[in-house]
Amino acid sequence: MSTIAPSPWEAVIGLEVHAQLLTRSKMFCSCRADYLGLPPNSNTCPVCLGLPGSLPVINEAGIRLTLRTALALNCEIPQFTKFDRKNYFYPDLPKGYQISQYDLPLSLGGWLDFEVGGRSVRAGITRVHLEEDTGTLHHAGEIHNSTFSLVDLNRAGVPLMEIVGEPDLRSPAEARAYLATLRQVLIYIGVNDGNMEEGSLRCDANISLRPVGAEALGVKVEIKNMNSFRSVLRALEYELTRQREVLDEGGRLSQETRGWSELEQRTVSQRSKEEAQEYRYFPEPDLPPLVISRAQVEEVRAGLPELPAARRARFQSQYRLADEQALLLTARPGDSQYFEEVVALGVTPQLAANWQLGDLQGLCNTANLPVEKCRVGPAPLADLLKMIEGHEVTANVAKEVLAQAFETGEDPAELVRSQGLGQVSDTGEIAVMVDQALAQNAKAASDYQAGNDRALGALVGAVMKMSQGRANADIVNQLLHTRLPRPGG
Amino acid sequence: MTLLEEPIRELGRRLREREISAVELAEEALARAKELDPTLGAFLRVTPELALEAAAVADLRLQEDPAGAPILCGIPVAYKDVVCTEGVETTAGSQILRGFVPPYSATVVDRLSALGVVPLGKLNCDEFAMGSSNENSAYQLTRNPWDPERVAGGSSGGSAVAVAARLACVTLGSDTGGSIRLPASFSGVVGVKPTYGRVSRYGLIAFASSLDQIGPLAKTVEDAALVLTAIAGQDPRDSTSVVAPVDGFLGELRAGVKGLRLGIPKEYLEVGLDPGVRAVFEQSIRMLEGLGAVTQEVSLPTTEYALSAYYVIAPAEVSSNLARMDGVRFGPGFAGATTLKEAYEQARHEGFGEEVRRRVTLGTYALSSGYYDAYYLRAQKVRTLVAQDFDLAFAQVDAIISPTAPTAAFRLGERTADPLAMYATDVLTLPANLAGISGISVPAGFAAGLPVGLQVLGPYLGESTCFRVAQSLETEARIWDRLPPLAVAPA
Repeated sequence: MSTIAPSPWEAVIGLEVHAQLLTRSKMFCSCRADYLGLPPNSNTCPVCLGLPGSLPVINEAGIRLTLRTALALNCEIPQFTKFDRKNYFYPDLPKGYQISQYDLPLSLGGWLDFEVGGRSVRAGITRVHLEEDTGTLHHAGEIHNSTFSLVDLNRAGVPLMEIVGEPDLRSPAEARAYLATLRQVLIYIGVNDGNMEEGSLRCDANISLRPVGAEALGVKVEIKNMNSFRSVLRALEYELTRQREVLDEGGRLSQETRGWSELEQRTVSQRSKEEAQEYRYFPEPDLPPLVISRAQVEEVRAGLPELPAARRARFQSQYRLADEQALLLTARPGDSQYFEEVVALGVTPQLAANWQLGDLQGLCNTANLPVEKCRVGPAPLADLLKMIEGHEVTANVAKEVLAQAFETGEDPAELVRSQGLGQVSDTGEIAVMVDQALAQNAKAASDYQAGNDRALGALVGAVMKMSQGRANADIVNQLLHTRLPRPGG
Repeated sequence: MTLLEEPIRELGRRLREREISAVELAEEALARAKELDPTLGAFLRVTPELALEAAAVADLRLQEDPAGAPILCGIPVAYKDVVCTEGVETTAGSQILRGFVPPYSATVVDRLSALGVVPLGKLNCDEFAMGSSNENSAYQLTRNPWDPERVAGGSSGGSAVAVAARLACVTLGSDTGGSIRLPASFSGVVGVKPTYGRVSRYGLIAFASSLDQIGPLAKTVEDAALVLTAIAGQDPRDSTSVVAPVDGFLGELRAGVKGLRLGIPKEYLEVGLDPGVRAVFEQSIRMLEGLGAVTQEVSLPTTEYALSAYYVIAPAEVSSNLARMDGVRFGPGFAGATTLKEAYEQARHEGFGEEVRRRVTLGTYALSSGYYDAYYLRAQKVRTLVAQDFDLAFAQVDAIISPTAPTAAFRLGERTADPLAMYATDVLTLPANLAGISGISVPAGFAAGLPVGLQVLGPYLGESTCFRVAQSLETEARIWDRLPPLAVAPA
């Protein structure tokens, strides 16, 4: 929900998302696609340097991952597609053009469903197409006063997918939710790592206002340079307010590109419509057009994993989990895989969910680890949980053992055995402790018998303390009730 | 008499029988270049060390396995300066690439090197292969060895002259609108423009990517066929290269023309042919008919639009292909520029010659929004029609013959002031590039002492037929071994 007060204006927002693909090599040469941390310009060859005479060759994996995304977003895949050259001069663009797609992209016309504030929203996807990333520039000082800039072409030619959304979003909160859901889908299908801070996932937004109820679109502003969910939300909220104020005062907006300044928390004009680039698109003559066969499309479709929304619904129905738990357990593929492995080992789904989202998630959060990377794998956790189910260990002891195993990597079930922490279910042994507790807590006993239910807790606690948490709570309760009969009870 | 006058097969025999060594052959070629090239201007740079090193290696190979060594082993070659050669400066005849030393070689260079050829150096050409006379080279003039006051033709002028003056056995050029066939005709040598996709363009500094093809220039048709056989074939580094057999170039070379149907496009005779050129063409027709070929008139009705379409499509691609020459990594740079825009303007204004700037401007305009449909798109439609014309013609005939150019070599400076007159030089050659088909220019005769070529056009991947026709004419005309005056050192 928007934080903006009720207004006669309606926001119209569409996002353009760029995602680097998780291919091994670059889009048109065999250099590595994973360029992070390499010495400047070391991950280059004549092709991605744009040396005279070099020619691009299509990386089939880039096509496949784009098709995968397009199908996950319900797009149509035309049979015929081609690459085009987008021509402009900039020092991070070694060829003076970017190989991209113009009028015949790999896919068209899909949609993405997402939730915001408990509502389900469907936003259209205009197209998903494929292009190459640029290099990076390192300015000496700030860009406006630097005397030189250094060019690093390690990133040049990395496969970059552009997902153009329809202007179907009506608030910054919707835009944020759309982006989060899209990111989740991209991670699920293994095409992108979702890292906005490092720029492997980037987002530009188009935003305009129109009177509520109007059909025609207002003057559009494009916002760039938002590199976190938070900045997408903040920038759109800022821009919404700015545009509303201009319109409320009877002013006119101009079509322009504005950049989000994280430092100043505002958008700053970068380029007016008159200064808009002339890209002189034309078909890339170095790459023959592509014919995508139906068989190829069906093969990619068959290889699609279960998507987050479907998995969440399945977790609710198959494992009888509450919506909130299903949502959390399907947030990332790693979470749901871990859960399903634990359940597959014979643990009751509800118990597995409670422990994964409770104690284990807490430990992971503290250690800043995803659950699949922690030292307690699904099998050791399943063993421990089955011990709880079999009354071989109490929940309290299991919590401590889990924490210990998380630290040391030891097997939790083995810890229970080796440290003698198994649950005590011997009625005789417990009866001795119960009697001792009654003797030492005579007031609690009489209070309980006088009708104070809470007094029973103190007695159970005393037994547990005596047993170091190992006494079977059911038997303790049973014995206490026998020892302390209530009138008429 | 120089060794360089011998065809490749004869040289190959002499190399294998140890009559001569590859080093001796290389030394002779280098000596000739030193003596004759100051006048001719074919070479931009000669690489004696590389040549002698390769020749020594070739000699070892020839000694160890004379029968198994490739036919091109030890043969001196040279490359047009648009072909990248690892470690050897490659400028495309442009100031903006002065000092550019490629860290890699073109596929054609790799393939020939693997066969043991001896690389003599890099050959002059019009800047980025844009021109028909070599007068657009940023570095030097190349003179026609038949008349030093005349042009060599272009843009592969250096490649044609190096063969004509017997400085190299064979050279590689590139043909975008006639840039191999035209200088071959003007200089009296064989020049092959292969089918688009026949030869890898990897490492060819692009002029117009959808039109460019690398091809050989040679003294004889067989020499050209030998070299094309060696460089043709699909290349994983060039997605526009095609898989197709190459054995017919040599296999069918001497199959003759008996019964072959040869088309004569009537529109090609209406372009203002020089009378001397027309006479040579008519003589060629008689010779081929005498050998049993059947000639007939064909029509290529879109010929008059092809030139205009070409001068939209080629410049459009140029404007994009040359964008990488932005002064950041190549060229004289932009000292003193205060903004990025100024830096680009300065680097490109100083780095490019007038003709290149003209074509970049033309192409930029043709691709701009609002003009794209009227120019680029319409030109592409014309291109499709041109290809359809050829398809229809090749349904009736096996090959098409015509003069290679409306005139023989013109005088230096004669057309430099009039770009349109210069562009018209290519009117008979560039339709083949638009259609992507194969073609050869073969020496057919002389007009006022200047060589005149016959153009043989074959269908898509129809080089074998072109070679057959050209070989028949070469055998019949018996002029291939005539030496131009400037091939002989002054006494």
